[in-house]
Amino acid sequence: MEQLLQILIELHPDIDFEKHTSLIDDAVLDSFDIITIVGEINDAFDVAIPAAQIVPDNFNSAASLYKLIESLEE
Amino acid sequence: MIINITEYLDLTAEKYPDKLAFSDVKTSLTFAQLRDASRRIACGLIEDGLHKEPIVIFMEKSPATIAANLAVVYSGNYYVTLDREMPKHRIEMIFEGLNPRAVICEESTYNLVEQFCKTNKIYIYDEIVKSDIDEASLTRVSVSAIDLDPVYIVFTSGSTGVPKGITASHRAVIDYTENLSELLKANDTTVFGNQAPLYVDACLKELMNTIKNGATTYLIPREAFMFPVKLIEFLNTHKINTICWVSSALSMVAGLKTFESVIPEHLKTISFGSEMFPVKNLNIWRAALPRARFINLYGPTEATGMSCYYEIDREFSDEEKIPIGKPFRNTEIMLIDDNDGIITKSDIKGEICIRGSCLSLGYYNDIKKTSESFTQTPATKNYTDLIYHTGDLGCYNDRGELVFISRKDYQIKHMGYRIELPEIETVLLRNEEISLACCIHDKEKGKLILYYTGKLTVSEVMIYLKEFLPRYMVPNRVFALDEMPLTPGGKIDRVELYSRLI
Repeated sequence: MEQLLQILIELHPDIDFEKHTSLIDDAVLDSFDIITIVGEINDAFDVAIPAAQIVPDNFNSAASLYKLIESLEE
Repeated sequence: MIINITEYLDLTAEKYPDKLAFSDVKTSLTFAQLRDASRRIACGLIEDGLHKEPIVIFMEKSPATIAANLAVVYSGNYYVTLDREMPKHRIEMIFEGLNPRAVICEESTYNLVEQFCKTNKIYIYDEIVKSDIDEASLTRVSVSAIDLDPVYIVFTSGSTGVPKGITASHRAVIDYTENLSELLKANDTTVFGNQAPLYVDACLKELMNTIKNGATTYLIPREAFMFPVKLIEFLNTHKINTICWVSSALSMVAGLKTFESVIPEHLKTISFGSEMFPVKNLNIWRAALPRARFINLYGPTEATGMSCYYEIDREFSDEEKIPIGKPFRNTEIMLIDDNDGIITKSDIKGEICIRGSCLSLGYYNDIKKTSESFTQTPATKNYTDLIYHTGDLGCYNDRGELVFISRKDYQIKHMGYRIELPEIETVLLRNEEISLACCIHDKEKGKLILYYTGKLTVSEVMIYLKEFLPRYMVPNRVFALDEMPLTPGGKIDRVELYSRLI
């Protein structure tokens, strides 16, 4: 989780990612961020997020994103 | 001969009155409805004595916004489309420069608009669209119109921190529309999926080709471009067969391995532009859609829409650059060297200059800047003949195709948007706590990187920039430095900063 938060905070240092749960609905993240996050997760966690999993629900909070990573690691 | 863009809509609305013109899924307009709404609003504007004025459109992206744009043109005025995504400070500067006498907005944007214009007339779309049609005034406006009258002003990044308003004439927009239509082979079966915002000239591709050909355009919700599978499903649901997107949108789809989950079923023509499209991503698209046409487009807003095209007709390896090809019909490209010589041989670098009816009317309220960029062609001294200096460097390859090399200055393309890097620095330096700032563009990764020295933390700098810059201009990475690297002459050493990119 720490590693993931680090990736997110580097993109938006002004956002509290531990508390925010509507990153997509509030337009905190844009398309550029999504591409960056997917790329960095692929590098940092050695998992490949399939396109079908790149949906709003998985990107609305750091927690849901982390859950996605965990499910891919299994 | 068509001399006004509204004539396209007049002809098409007669031929296809009940055909769907524009839809954003929530709302839609047929050609007859679009023309009716536009002419009603126009009559409301004419009645209030507005003529040859810039009129600001401040609405959500929707078919109604397109009707408002066309209404301004029917009324003999020219439109300036703004967007709530633009930061307040930028909108303020645009209002200051334009001093528009009227703004068209909708209920959801009214409060925002009110902040910017205290003295201007503010129209609400839903009210002004109920104006009565007065054929006599519409005719009076149209008979006095000529094709050098402006259609719109589009604002782009300016290095001094003040956005530049590029003003385009009917003649230029018509010239572009005719040529792009021919290239795309657009007709009444064409279904466009629009990506570009309505405040940039990139949206003319779909808008103008729809009203000219009786085609249909779906305005794709912005959010769809974050979620690739949804995006392709949207194309499939609406049977979209033609797209003209910024390269970064196509790269997003390719890069996220979207085609492993879903394939566009109806797409036949894919054009891309506004920045370089990496061959690696092009090849992923070509593998998914081997029978589709792929077209690279190139052109600055100052020459209205696009000026050059190259239809992919051979295999490219990952290290190769996709050429920008050759100019549209009725446009000339001149490659000019430092001594004003015209380059014709291959592999010699020069500035890409453009000549033709496509040239815009220049920068709004800035004749000086206009005359610096639009100058007499070196080819003749005997009569007036202007060319536009793009600031882009290019060369011909050994096949005689034009290839883009780089910029002469610090203008870059990021996410398809044109950005003057000094504008980002200027905005940050307005903050008294900042001493030095330098923004560079990592082309490989497509990132904007900002280095600064000063008392603010990285987080404070980000918050500050988000307040004053459009989202696409906010750097992707910000680094605080104890000391800025300087050249012996005392300037910021950009080369050194670039070398820090790994």
